[in-house]
Amino acid sequence: MPHLTATPGQTIGPFYGYALPFEADADLVPPGRPDAVRLHGVVTDGAGSPVPDALLEVWQADADGSVPQRPGSLRRDGWTFTGWGRCATDDAGGYSFTTVRPGATEPGAAPFFLITVFARGLTNRLFTRAYLPHDQAALEGDRLLAGVPAERRSTLIAAAEPTGYRFDVRLQGADETVFLTYPGH
Amino acid sequence: MGTTNQHADSAAASQAELSAEIAAIESAYRASDHEETQPRLDYPPYRSSLLRHPTKALQLADPETIERWAPCFGERDVSSLEADLTIQHVGEPIGERTVVTGRVVDGDGRPVRRQLVEIWQANAGGRYMHQRDQHPAPLDPAFTGVGRCLTDDEGTYRFTTIKPGPYPWKNHHNAWRPAHIHFSLFGTDFTQRMITQMYFPGDPLFALDPIYQSITDARARERLVATYDHDVTTHEWATGYRWDIVLTGSHRTPHEDDLGDDH
Repeated sequence: MPHLTATPGQTIGPFYGYALPFEADADLVPPGRPDAVRLHGVVTDGAGSPVPDALLEVWQADADGSVPQRPGSLRRDGWTFTGWGRCATDDAGGYSFTTVRPGATEPGAAPFFLITVFARGLTNRLFTRAYLPHDQAALEGDRLLAGVPAERRSTLIAAAEPTGYRFDVRLQGADETVFLTYPGH
Repeated sequence: MGTTNQHADSAAASQAELSAEIAAIESAYRASDHEETQPRLDYPPYRSSLLRHPTKALQLADPETIERWAPCFGERDVSSLEADLTIQHVGEPIGERTVVTGRVVDGDGRPVRRQLVEIWQANAGGRYMHQRDQHPAPLDPAFTGVGRCLTDDEGTYRFTTIKPGPYPWKNHHNAWRPAHIHFSLFGTDFTQRMITQMYFPGDPLFALDPIYQSITDARARERLVATYDHDVTTHEWATGYRWDIVLTGSHRTPHEDDLGDDH
């Protein structure tokens, strides 16, 4: 059990744009690689307006389900899959990662992208999962999804597209994305 | 020049009105019998949060494999020079040269080793090197205000920088942020990922600032305030502050930690 109380988070604020983004930050693999997929979407607020000053991070398993433990995210060499990327939203609230489809980390597990959201106006980071939509049996067996009210479950499942996946993040509102907390938070 | 900020200022509330909102929330919190240790997502005095906070309860998740690991960073990612924000340009930046150091530990007090710490901040005049910051204070061509480092085997980070200035913003009329340094932190689990702000002791703007006050618990807020440390201060060179960071508890078992060390 934890003995120390965690340091509080604070908003990322509006001025991270010259500090946190880096070259090829959203390209976990180079665009054009045969197995590359696009994970993209729009971040919107409670009025449905795009959030142009959010920053998203993705953390995921490799295509074979293994957890990458290799350095090199900040200075990508184009060959090393590190599993982690970062993308500031554009003026239309859009983000776009180029990556690979995550594999199941355990037999039968439903693969997902772990997404972290930071934004001006958001006092602390938010976590969510973007599940791959293909394996219906795995989704039905997923413990987190089973605990989410049925009408909200779809907010956690990415939509398949010819080039990859679409996953919108709605910070507030009727179709608000399900955000996560973990034991100890 | 001085009017460019004011004509765009749509914020109607006075500081007195804002401070009354802050005080009402804090007194309601004090009257309750629960302890909050993190900021409230729903904190109306911070106006930008109104449409940007989730209204539904966060879903408790049992961390799965990927959530119990974090990305790796190494010397390939971060040059040791990036920890000194005062040597990134020709010439010395203006302001109080300051060393900020401390340890990153998890909820059990274990050091977070060889992990990435990123910082960014305003210059001594309270201006960010960012296009959206049009506050008419001088930019310093010798100071960008961005740093990175890896923690050492004890979890220690150390930056040499310039003490940032406070700056105005548009949350309400005559709103000013206390001086702060933004910190971005990773742990050994991705569930520990966090971004926060470090403040300097004794800032008169603390009570007035809805971002700092979005943490309704006074003891929790104080965890964001560094301590002046004369042992960090160096003779005829730089003042020194110490600030330790505690991440949420790790979910990984010791067995998995052993595996991690092999990678």
